[in-house]
Amino acid sequence: MIEILFYILSAVTLGSAFLTILSKNPIHSAIWLVICFFSIAGHYALLNSQFLAMVHIIVYSGAIMILMLFTIMLMNLNISDEIAKPIVTKIVATVCFCLIGFFLVSSLAQTAPALETYTNTGVDFQSIQVLGKVLLNEFVVPFEMAAILLLMAMIGAVLISKKEKKTA
Amino acid sequence: MSTTILLLTLIFPLVGTLINGFWGKHLSKKVSGTIATMAIAASFVTSCLFFAYIQGSQEPIKIVLFEWMKFNYFSIDFGFYFDQLAALWLLFITGIGTLIHLYSTSYMSHDENFSKFFTYLNFFVFFMLILVTGSNLAMMFIGWEGVGLCSYLLIGFWYKNKDYNNAAKKAFIMNRIGDLGFLIGIFVTGYLFHTLDFVELKEQSFLAPTLGIATMAFFIAATGKSAQLPLYTWLPDAMAGPTPVSALIHAATMVTAGIFMITRLNFLFDLTPDVQHIIAIIGAATALMAATIALVQNDIKKVLAYSTVSQLGLMFLALGLGAYEVAVFHVITHAFFKACLFLGSGSVIHAIGGEQDMRHMGGLKKHMKITYATFFIATIAISGFPPLSGFFSKDEILLTAFHHNIVLWVVASLASILTAFYMFRLLFLTFSNKFRGTKEQEDHLHESPSAMTMPLIILAVLAAIGGLISIPGNSWLNEFLKPVIKNNAASHPHVLGTTEYMLMGLAVVGALVGLMVAYFKYIKNKQVPVNDNNVSGLQKLFANKYYLDDIYQSLIVHPLNFFGSFFKNQIDGLINGIVLSFGRVPSELSYQGKKAQNGNIGLYLFAFVIGVCGLLYYLFMCY
Amino acid sequence: MEQVLQQIGIDQYIYLAILLFCIGAFGILYRRNAIVMFMSIEIMLNAANLLLVAFSTYHEDANGQVFVFFTMAVAAAEVAIGLAILVAIYRNIGSIDIDKLKKLKG
Repeated sequence: MIEILFYILSAVTLGSAFLTILSKNPIHSAIWLVICFFSIAGHYALLNSQFLAMVHIIVYSGAIMILMLFTIMLMNLNISDEIAKPIVTKIVATVCFCLIGFFLVSSLAQTAPALETYTNTGVDFQSIQVLGKVLLNEFVVPFEMAAILLLMAMIGAVLISKKEKKTA
Repeated sequence: MSTTILLLTLIFPLVGTLINGFWGKHLSKKVSGTIATMAIAASFVTSCLFFAYIQGSQEPIKIVLFEWMKFNYFSIDFGFYFDQLAALWLLFITGIGTLIHLYSTSYMSHDENFSKFFTYLNFFVFFMLILVTGSNLAMMFIGWEGVGLCSYLLIGFWYKNKDYNNAAKKAFIMNRIGDLGFLIGIFVTGYLFHTLDFVELKEQSFLAPTLGIATMAFFIAATGKSAQLPLYTWLPDAMAGPTPVSALIHAATMVTAGIFMITRLNFLFDLTPDVQHIIAIIGAATALMAATIALVQNDIKKVLAYSTVSQLGLMFLALGLGAYEVAVFHVITHAFFKACLFLGSGSVIHAIGGEQDMRHMGGLKKHMKITYATFFIATIAISGFPPLSGFFSKDEILLTAFHHNIVLWVVASLASILTAFYMFRLLFLTFSNKFRGTKEQEDHLHESPSAMTMPLIILAVLAAIGGLISIPGNSWLNEFLKPVIKNNAASHPHVLGTTEYMLMGLAVVGALVGLMVAYFKYIKNKQVPVNDNNVSGLQKLFANKYYLDDIYQSLIVHPLNFFGSFFKNQIDGLINGIVLSFGRVPSELSYQGKKAQNGNIGLYLFAFVIGVCGLLYYLFMCY
Repeated sequence: MEQVLQQIGIDQYIYLAILLFCIGAFGILYRRNAIVMFMSIEIMLNAANLLLVAFSTYHEDANGQVFVFFTMAVAAAEVAIGLAILVAIYRNIGSIDIDKLKKLKG
């Protein structure tokens, strides 16, 4: 049953990702992306990292996508004024898709990692308790740095999108 | 005899050059001219002191200042060697030099570059003195080159005229061709004998197989400097310079440098009789050829120039026959009367106001008595009438030629007869009959100032009595030069027998014939030479100088010009293109590379992808 | 939930991540709309996050998940700034087609 769950989730992820890109309406793209994020959260839950799944949903679907939707609506893009692309772009994009896929898969095949079967030892390594301890013991400096980063991002975003005052 | 006094002989002209060169413009003309003349006069005084010394003690003095160049197995010193030969040349260079400087203070007084002229004149005398007193071939070469340079500067003195510049260039370049011969001679001599010093060469020289190359090369150098076939065409063109220059350089001093050099190296030339034979033939041929050309020249100075070439030919004839003292004797007497003739012609030109064509002169003896008298004396001297100096020196040459080779004697005698003819032609056309110029020129005719006539008088007196230094049978000059000439067996004490007297008589008769023909043609029949367009036949051949200048122009100058322009246009353009294309290649490359930056973000992203793929390939897949 | 890796195997997750990444790359080059390009970038980041969590479970190590935290924080900051810049550009040229931004042409 787990296998079926996995394959359904994967199908939803890949499908919604494709549809994000291929939609003409930006709002449709945003909705498809939200669905994609939900499915990825499902993957996380399947891998027994519940906390991360929750955080993923809150941050990505709840904050980032809302931000993007706001920006789309601010720029009044729900009219699908899509620009005509030359055929070269489509060909180049397809070529790149194939190229990156090919290189990644072949580098995987080339390196032939020794992948053993997974044995569940029952050690708790990813519950919230353990995660919190690891985060605030070993990684406390990057944690604080991340906080500063977010502060700077906030200040920067405010500054950049400020309307310039016209000198009267 | 202290060496300081001898070195002062050389330093005085140099000091004169420097003073006139640097401060000449600030000095007045009088002071500038006086300084220059005094410099040469001081050198003359020290030369006289030296002459008195060496006449008494017969010991040459060698001064070595420092070691100049050092090679593996020999070294060249920077030094001077004062011996009898140098004493003679010192005397007449500085003596005649002083007279000409004095003459120039008056002749060039209207010129604006007065001090520059005296700078160059002093510089020339300085180099000439180095040439005659150098102790080895390298020192002589310094003087050789230096006089060539000063001759160029002085011939092209009135530099605003393009023709004069061309004449100066011609003189310098032809001299240069001769200098190549001198260098080859130096190299071969140094290689054969491991020394260039004259004293050592005299003792150590022997007949090496390649000595002929050295002597031939030295002779070619002499043809360049002393204007023999085939390098003589510069001398008539060099008359473009002021007349004192012609007198000093092309009559008395520079052109005698070749003869001086061959006399200095007499031991080398005696070892190669074949080269001596060539020298004699070329000397005689030049004498005759120049005399024929002088027959139809109409410019006063050109006649005198060709006359110089002819007389130099006679001197080379003497050198080629091994009679070095005879050549030196003729050098000295020639210096006297030729300088007098040139200065006299300068006086005439000065009086007429620049006109040099004889067809527009005539009847000047009424107006310029002193000039006429001195000119007349010098003309008699050059024609070889006894008892003036020219007779003695020319006669010795003819006698020597007769004893060696009849053909050479015939050629030389013919040249002498023609000399008499054209010199008297010059005299009569210039001074006799009526004046053929314009009216206003006639009003200006006057005798020259005393600064110009004094030297004329002195030189005329010397031309008259100069023969006394070497009377056949009792020659002071031969005795004086005995230590210098190595092979004295050839110095023939002239036994004055009937043959000799007959030959002397023949020579005088020949000169008289020349005089008579000239007299009849130009005094009795009052003929005047025709215009340049109307010459024909043999006269035309002579008038065009045997077309030698044209031959040189088409054989040498035109191909050189052609090569020059070919190299400039084709090859230089090619090399330029290659070098420039080195610069154009990066430019083109960058132009093509610029197309990768067209601002298209899609292209940049594609480049990202390619880069990542390449990185993945390099990291994981290329083993 | 713990047996998912036993039953499915880690290589499936690897292929899933690779495919998602390629879709994201395709999306960037295919669309000229700046917003959709941002979304494609988010897809690519998520692919990497997914792989990180999968391997964290495989190795039973918490460091992978901590790394995912930080990645998420950075992604959030990047989106904020990027959208601010986009709004500024929109104000200047009136459109968000990136083909219109050609002023840096060499």
